[in-house]
Amino acid sequence: MADFDQELDARGLNCPLPILRAKKALNGLEGGQVLKIIATDPGSVKDFEAFANQTGNELMESTEANGEFHFLMKKSA
Amino acid sequence: MNQKKLTIIATKGTLDWAYPPFILASTAAALGYETTMFFTFYGLQLLRKKLNLKVSPLGNPGMPMPLGMDKWFPVLGTALPGMETMMTSMMKNKIKSKGVASIEDLRSLCIEADVKLIGCQMTIDLFDMKRSDFIDEIELGGAATYFEHAGESDVSLFI
Repeated sequence: MADFDQELDARGLNCPLPILRAKKALNGLEGGQVLKIIATDPGSVKDFEAFANQTGNELMESTEANGEFHFLMKKSA
Repeated sequence: MNQKKLTIIATKGTLDWAYPPFILASTAAALGYETTMFFTFYGLQLLRKKLNLKVSPLGNPGMPMPLGMDKWFPVLGTALPGMETMMTSMMKNKIKSKGVASIEDLRSLCIEADVKLIGCQMTIDLFDMKRSDFIDEIELGGAATYFEHAGESDVSLFI
Protein backbone atom coordinates (compact mmCIF):
# COMPACT_ATOMS: atom_id res chain seq x y z
CA MET A 1 0.00 0.00 0.00
CA ALA A 2 1.20 3.49 -0.88
CA ASP A 3 2.49 6.08 1.58
CA PHE A 4 0.17 8.08 3.77
CA ASP A 5 0.48 11.07 6.11
CA GLN A 6 -2.00 10.12 8.80
CA GLU A 7 -3.89 7.03 9.87
CA LEU A 8 -7.45 6.86 11.16
CA ASP A 9 -8.63 3.79 13.04
CA ALA A 10 -12.38 3.52 12.46
CA ARG A 11 -12.64 -0.14 13.41
CA GLY A 12 -15.87 -1.08 15.17
CA LEU A 13 -17.59 2.15 14.18
CA ASN A 14 -20.83 2.09 12.26
CA CYS A 15 -22.45 4.43 9.72
CA PRO A 16 -22.03 7.41 9.59
CA LEU A 17 -19.12 7.59 12.07
CA PRO A 18 -16.29 6.42 9.76
CA ILE A 19 -17.21 9.17 7.27
CA LEU A 20 -17.57 11.83 9.96
CA ARG A 21 -14.23 10.91 11.56
CA ALA A 22 -12.53 10.86 8.17
CA LYS A 23 -13.92 14.28 7.31
CA LYS A 24 -12.60 15.62 10.60
CA ALA A 25 -9.16 14.08 10.02
CA LEU A 26 -9.03 15.49 6.47
CA ASN A 27 -9.74 18.96 7.85
CA GLY A 28 -6.42 18.77 9.66
CA LEU A 29 -4.45 17.83 6.52
CA GLU A 30 -3.00 19.96 3.73
CA GLY A 31 -4.17 19.58 0.13
CA GLY A 32 -2.42 16.60 -1.49
CA GLN A 33 -1.77 14.82 1.80
CA VAL A 34 -3.10 11.29 2.20
CA LEU A 35 -5.26 9.84 4.96
CA LYS A 36 -5.34 6.12 5.55
CA ILE A 37 -8.58 4.81 7.03
CA ILE A 38 -9.15 1.36 8.50
CA ALA A 39 -12.79 0.36 8.99
CA THR A 40 -14.82 -2.76 9.69
CA ASP A 41 -18.20 -1.46 8.52
CA PRO A 42 -18.93 -3.14 5.13
CA GLY A 43 -21.13 -0.16 4.22
CA SER A 44 -18.09 2.10 4.33
CA VAL A 45 -16.83 0.74 1.00
CA LYS A 46 -19.69 2.32 -0.93
CA ASP A 47 -19.81 5.31 1.37
CA PHE A 48 -16.18 6.33 0.96
CA GLU A 49 -16.64 6.15 -2.82
CA ALA A 50 -19.68 8.40 -2.53
CA PHE A 51 -17.84 10.71 -0.13
CA ALA A 52 -14.98 11.09 -2.60
CA ASN A 53 -17.32 11.73 -5.53
CA GLN A 54 -19.11 14.50 -3.70
CA THR A 55 -16.22 16.22 -1.94
CA GLY A 56 -13.50 16.15 -4.60
CA ASN A 57 -11.11 14.24 -2.35
CA GLU A 58 -9.56 11.35 -4.23
CA LEU A 59 -10.10 7.76 -3.15
CA MET A 60 -6.76 6.35 -4.27
CA GLU A 61 -7.21 2.85 -2.92
CA SER A 62 -9.95 0.71 -1.45
CA THR A 63 -8.97 -2.80 -0.37
CA GLU A 64 -10.20 -5.56 1.90
CA ALA A 65 -8.11 -7.84 4.06
CA ASN A 66 -9.21 -10.14 6.88
CA GLY A 67 -12.59 -8.49 7.31
CA GLU A 68 -11.05 -5.03 7.44
CA PHE A 69 -11.40 -2.32 4.85
CA HIS A 70 -8.47 -0.08 4.04
CA PHE A 71 -8.84 3.22 2.24
CA LEU A 72 -6.39 5.84 1.03
CA MET A 73 -7.97 9.25 0.63
CA LYS A 74 -6.01 12.14 -0.86
CA LYS A 75 -7.21 15.54 0.22
CA SER A 76 -8.18 17.80 -2.68
CA ALA A 77 -5.86 20.70 -3.34
CA MET B 1 -18.90 25.26 -6.92
CA ASN B 2 -22.14 26.36 -5.33
CA GLN B 3 -22.63 24.90 -1.89
CA LYS B 4 -25.59 22.54 -1.77
CA LYS B 5 -28.24 23.01 0.88
CA LEU B 6 -30.30 20.55 2.92
CA THR B 7 -33.20 21.18 5.26
CA ILE B 8 -34.76 18.54 7.48
CA ILE B 9 -37.97 18.76 9.49
CA ALA B 10 -37.71 16.48 12.53
CA THR B 11 -41.13 15.68 14.00
CA LYS B 12 -40.59 12.55 16.07
CA GLY B 13 -39.35 12.23 19.63
CA THR B 14 -38.46 8.57 20.09
CA LEU B 15 -35.00 7.01 20.28
CA ASP B 16 -35.35 5.11 17.02
CA TRP B 17 -36.73 8.05 15.06
CA ALA B 18 -34.05 10.37 16.41
CA TYR B 19 -31.48 8.61 14.23
CA PRO B 20 -32.51 9.41 10.64
CA PRO B 21 -32.47 13.22 10.99
CA PHE B 22 -29.18 13.37 12.92
CA ILE B 23 -27.41 10.78 10.74
CA LEU B 24 -28.44 12.54 7.54
CA ALA B 25 -27.68 16.02 8.85
CA SER B 26 -24.22 15.14 10.16
CA THR B 27 -23.33 13.26 6.99
CA ALA B 28 -24.60 16.05 4.75
CA ALA B 29 -22.50 18.54 6.69
CA ALA B 30 -19.45 16.29 6.18
CA LEU B 31 -20.19 16.25 2.45
CA GLY B 32 -20.19 20.02 2.41
CA TYR B 33 -23.92 20.73 2.51
CA GLU B 34 -25.12 23.79 4.35
CA THR B 35 -27.58 22.03 6.64
CA THR B 36 -30.57 23.26 8.61
CA MET B 37 -32.77 21.19 10.91
CA PHE B 38 -36.19 22.39 11.99
CA PHE B 39 -37.62 20.63 15.05
CA THR B 40 -41.36 20.67 15.57
CA PHE B 41 -43.88 18.89 17.81
CA TYR B 42 -42.30 15.76 19.34
CA GLY B 43 -39.08 16.51 17.49
CA LEU B 44 -38.38 19.16 20.14
CA GLN B 45 -37.49 16.31 22.51
CA LEU B 46 -34.31 15.87 20.48
CA LEU B 47 -33.10 19.31 21.54
CA ARG B 48 -33.43 18.91 25.30
CA LYS B 49 -30.33 19.51 27.41
CA LYS B 50 -30.74 16.10 28.95
CA LEU B 51 -32.03 13.58 26.45
CA ASN B 52 -34.39 10.93 27.77
CA LEU B 53 -35.46 9.25 24.55
CA LYS B 54 -37.31 5.96 24.60
CA VAL B 55 -38.41 3.45 22.05
CA SER B 56 -41.85 1.87 22.18
CA PRO B 57 -42.89 -1.45 20.67
CA LEU B 58 -46.52 -0.36 21.02
CA GLY B 59 -48.22 -0.04 17.66
CA ASN B 60 -45.00 -1.00 15.92
CA PRO B 61 -45.35 -4.47 14.34
CA GLY B 62 -41.98 -3.98 12.63
CA MET B 63 -39.99 -4.02 15.84
CA PRO B 64 -38.10 -7.26 16.53
CA MET B 65 -39.13 -8.54 19.99
CA PRO B 66 -37.24 -10.92 22.29
CA LEU B 67 -38.43 -14.54 22.73
CA GLY B 68 -40.97 -14.19 19.93
CA MET B 69 -43.24 -12.23 22.25
CA ASP B 70 -44.85 -10.51 19.33
CA LYS B 71 -45.97 -13.89 18.03
CA TRP B 72 -47.26 -15.30 21.32
CA PHE B 73 -48.85 -12.11 22.55
CA PRO B 74 -49.46 -9.90 19.55
CA VAL B 75 -50.49 -6.32 20.43
CA LEU B 76 -51.05 -7.13 24.13
CA GLY B 77 -47.45 -8.26 24.63
CA THR B 78 -46.18 -4.92 23.44
CA ALA B 79 -48.50 -3.09 25.84
CA LEU B 80 -47.30 -4.82 29.03
CA PRO B 81 -46.11 -2.47 31.77
CA GLY B 82 -42.35 -2.05 31.71
CA MET B 83 -42.09 -3.10 28.09
CA GLU B 84 -41.05 0.36 26.93
CA THR B 85 -38.25 0.55 29.52
CA MET B 86 -37.09 -2.94 28.63
CA MET B 87 -37.07 -2.34 24.89
CA THR B 88 -35.30 0.99 25.37
CA SER B 89 -32.48 -0.53 27.37
CA MET B 90 -32.19 -3.45 24.92
CA MET B 91 -31.99 -0.99 22.05
CA LYS B 92 -29.36 1.10 23.80
CA ASN B 93 -27.23 -1.98 24.46
CA LYS B 94 -27.51 -3.00 20.82
CA ILE B 95 -26.57 0.49 19.67
CA LYS B 96 -23.47 0.39 21.81
CA SER B 97 -22.40 -3.13 20.88
CA LYS B 98 -22.73 -2.44 17.14
CA GLY B 99 -20.63 0.71 17.20
CA VAL B 100 -23.57 2.95 16.33
CA ALA B 101 -23.22 6.50 17.64
CA SER B 102 -25.41 7.72 20.49
CA ILE B 103 -27.88 10.48 19.72
CA GLU B 104 -25.92 12.75 22.07
CA ASP B 105 -22.78 12.17 19.98
CA LEU B 106 -24.52 12.69 16.65
CA ARG B 107 -26.11 15.88 17.92
CA SER B 108 -22.71 17.18 19.10
CA LEU B 109 -21.20 16.32 15.73
CA CYS B 110 -23.96 18.27 14.00
CA ILE B 111 -23.33 21.29 16.21
CA GLU B 112 -19.59 21.02 15.63
CA ALA B 113 -20.21 20.95 11.87
CA ASP B 114 -22.29 24.15 12.04
CA VAL B 115 -25.63 22.50 11.34
CA LYS B 116 -28.26 25.11 12.10
CA LEU B 117 -30.80 23.90 14.66
CA ILE B 118 -34.15 25.66 14.80
CA GLY B 119 -36.79 24.89 17.42
CA CYS B 120 -40.45 25.55 16.67
CA GLN B 121 -41.65 28.42 18.86
CA MET B 122 -45.29 27.41 18.53
CA THR B 123 -44.60 23.89 19.87
CA ILE B 124 -42.79 25.35 22.87
CA ASP B 125 -45.81 27.53 23.66
CA LEU B 126 -48.27 24.72 22.97
CA PHE B 127 -46.66 22.27 25.39
CA ASP B 128 -45.64 24.89 27.98
CA MET B 129 -41.97 24.15 27.46
CA LYS B 130 -39.24 26.60 28.44
CA ARG B 131 -36.35 27.91 26.35
CA SER B 132 -34.07 26.85 29.20
CA ASP B 133 -35.13 23.18 28.71
CA PHE B 134 -33.14 23.16 25.50
CA ILE B 135 -29.48 23.33 24.54
CA ASP B 136 -28.05 26.81 23.98
CA GLU B 137 -27.08 26.18 20.36
CA ILE B 138 -30.61 26.39 18.97
CA GLU B 139 -32.55 29.33 17.66
CA LEU B 140 -36.31 29.56 17.70
CA GLY B 141 -38.55 30.26 14.75
CA GLY B 142 -41.73 29.43 12.92
CA ALA B 143 -42.95 28.14 9.58
CA ALA B 144 -41.75 31.24 7.74
CA THR B 145 -38.25 30.73 9.18
CA TYR B 146 -38.31 27.17 7.92
CA PHE B 147 -39.19 28.30 4.39
CA GLU B 148 -36.45 30.90 4.46
CA HIS B 149 -34.06 27.94 4.46
CA ALA B 150 -36.16 25.36 2.59
CA GLY B 151 -36.90 27.77 -0.26
CA GLU B 152 -33.29 27.74 -1.34
CA SER B 153 -32.57 24.10 -0.51
CA ASP B 154 -31.55 21.41 -2.95
CA VAL B 155 -32.95 18.69 -0.69
CA SER B 156 -35.73 18.94 1.88
CA LEU B 157 -36.84 16.06 4.09
CA PHE B 158 -39.74 15.56 6.47
CA ILE B 159 -38.99 12.95 9.11
